[in-house]
Amino acid sequence: MNAPEHPLVEPRVSQTSPSGIEVPVRVGPESVDPARVGEPGEYPFTRGIFADGFRGRLWTIRQYSGFGTAEESNERYKFLLEQGQTGLSVALDLPTQCGYDPVDPMARPEVGKVGVSLSNLSEAEILFDGIDLASISTSFTINGSAAMIYAMYLAVADKRGVPRAKLTGTIQNDILKEYVARGTWIFPVRPSMRLIADSILYSNDETPRFNPISIAGAHVRDAGSTAVEEMAYTLANGLAYVDELRARGGDVEKFAKRLSFFFYVHMDFFEEVCKFRAGRRLWAKLMKERYGANDPKAQHFRFGVVCGGSSLIAPQPYNNIVRVAVETMAAVMGGAQSIFTAAFDEAFQIPTEFSAEIAVRTQQMIAYESGIARTVDPLGGSYFVEQHTDRMEQEIERVMGEIDAYGGVVKAIEEGWLQMRIAERALERKLKVDTGETVVVGQNHFRRDDAKNEVGETFRLDPGVAKRVIEKFERLRQTRDAGAAERSLAKLGAAARNDRENLMPYLVDCCHAYATVGEMVATLKRQWGEFQEPVRL
Amino acid sequence: MSETQSHADTPLRGRRILVAKPGLDGHDIGAKVIALALRNAGAEVIYTGLRKSADYIARVAIDEGVDAVGLSILSGSHVELVGQVLEQLRAANAGDVKVFVGGTIPAEDHASLAALGVRGVYTADMPLADVVGAVAKELAS
Repeated sequence: MNAPEHPLVEPRVSQTSPSGIEVPVRVGPESVDPARVGEPGEYPFTRGIFADGFRGRLWTIRQYSGFGTAEESNERYKFLLEQGQTGLSVALDLPTQCGYDPVDPMARPEVGKVGVSLSNLSEAEILFDGIDLASISTSFTINGSAAMIYAMYLAVADKRGVPRAKLTGTIQNDILKEYVARGTWIFPVRPSMRLIADSILYSNDETPRFNPISIAGAHVRDAGSTAVEEMAYTLANGLAYVDELRARGGDVEKFAKRLSFFFYVHMDFFEEVCKFRAGRRLWAKLMKERYGANDPKAQHFRFGVVCGGSSLIAPQPYNNIVRVAVETMAAVMGGAQSIFTAAFDEAFQIPTEFSAEIAVRTQQMIAYESGIARTVDPLGGSYFVEQHTDRMEQEIERVMGEIDAYGGVVKAIEEGWLQMRIAERALERKLKVDTGETVVVGQNHFRRDDAKNEVGETFRLDPGVAKRVIEKFERLRQTRDAGAAERSLAKLGAAARNDRENLMPYLVDCCHAYATVGEMVATLKRQWGEFQEPVRL
Repeated sequence: MSETQSHADTPLRGRRILVAKPGLDGHDIGAKVIALALRNAGAEVIYTGLRKSADYIARVAIDEGVDAVGLSILSGSHVELVGQVLEQLRAANAGDVKVFVGGTIPAEDHASLAALGVRGVYTADMPLADVVGAVAKELAS
């Protein structure tokens, strides 16, 4: 890249946070109200949901991984588990996420590219071969087709004789943010909300230790929203799911215990720490005051994070290791339950084993060498941290109020209003980097055009992946009991016509009969249609 | 603002540009930011929305009589998908429509995209003003 044509503004320590909050140079004891701060493990949980912080249980070290065929991903998972990773996070390819079988013309160029292809139970059996489903928690970044993938996971466990009650893990299953930022929607908003309620209510009974939703702000954040907006949009989406579940007869004391959240951590340290403290307090208050949830577990704001994303850049990629370390410290001080640290080369390629290992080691160093995990909420009571937590909370509530004023998240999404807001914010953020007002070391300021940007080795995806996946798929279709698959799909279609019927048992039956994700999705599309994207600029 | 200044700010005035998302990749923020930047530079911008086939993109490009198509791809499928769009444009005798690509494009693929006929590849670290400038220059040539 050539030097920018326009001169940059000088780098300086700014007086406003990235969310636009004015930050005083000095904050004193007058800013701390001990009553509002509270105690760790006690309502409103500003200082964390557990009294013993990370001493009772360390956060889950969970690296997002998956590519190519189920065989290759299975091998990578075993490698990561051998390195001390404590949970799996399955990356799925776009055809699986969008509900297309690998043979679909829309699917073919994308098979196995950004994750593993998981079109039917036979692939899931390979993917989890040799991995103990009763002891390893598995997280799936899956949304539009989440109910189908969750059903497939249950079917694998059933076939292996693993009791469902022992299964732990998470499906993202947060469709609202897909319409806004991530784009793997399938059905229109309202039937999608039904499918999510079905899976949550079913999971509460069948897999009580499983998180059937991870309400995610990460993607709107990475798209350009501020930390305040990330939290505000996520809590607003969370409330929309709570309303849907209650309308379906769900008991808030029960289902709220299994709601979980997911966020990005970028580089502004205190903004991130305070975002989590503010969000945790606000969610507890909403659950208690608005919905009358009295069980502390139903007030708990449990969240996972990803460190890296758009805060990582391609120039001088080794600098990203430092960025991820700072972000991971913020996640720990913010009280995260699980952490995914991005590999330093993630900005431009699928991580290699070398870079993936450094990412895991970063967490282990912070967990066991740095000592910051020893004391719960070690920043609690800091004049500035408490003042900034309060300011973040006020701003989050203000943004949530704007969404309410528009008519709620569902309307804001269906009409494309929220999408437009995020695009405008992304443009603003990009222009601040372009002018140099936001400093990105090595990209706008302190860059050197002769820098060595090579990373030593690059990961190249095997070009034969799509061919092998398609061959396996064709073989499956020839060898399975076609009648059984068809009958299970017909029953699913019939059940979809009744709004009060929970579709999960039908989806599990489809998976057992080796019906494919594409077939299950097509069956429901015939009933519900597809989401029509509002294109507003 | 003087006339010259105003023209310098809108180097794409009078141009029609289609910004499109081929394939299944759902990351649309880059496409939208570029669309807004091109529009702020004076162009008339049409944005397709997500998950469009090569055939659809070529058809819209022709129906709308655009000067250029910007394709945004972050899923790693850029070589196949860009090839498909260029093929469809040529098949419809619209090979003169200039095609630009943005997204997560590894450096070693820039040359293969150029060989396919792509006029410019722009990645996230490039300032928007530079992208606009490069597009304006290509369209003027």
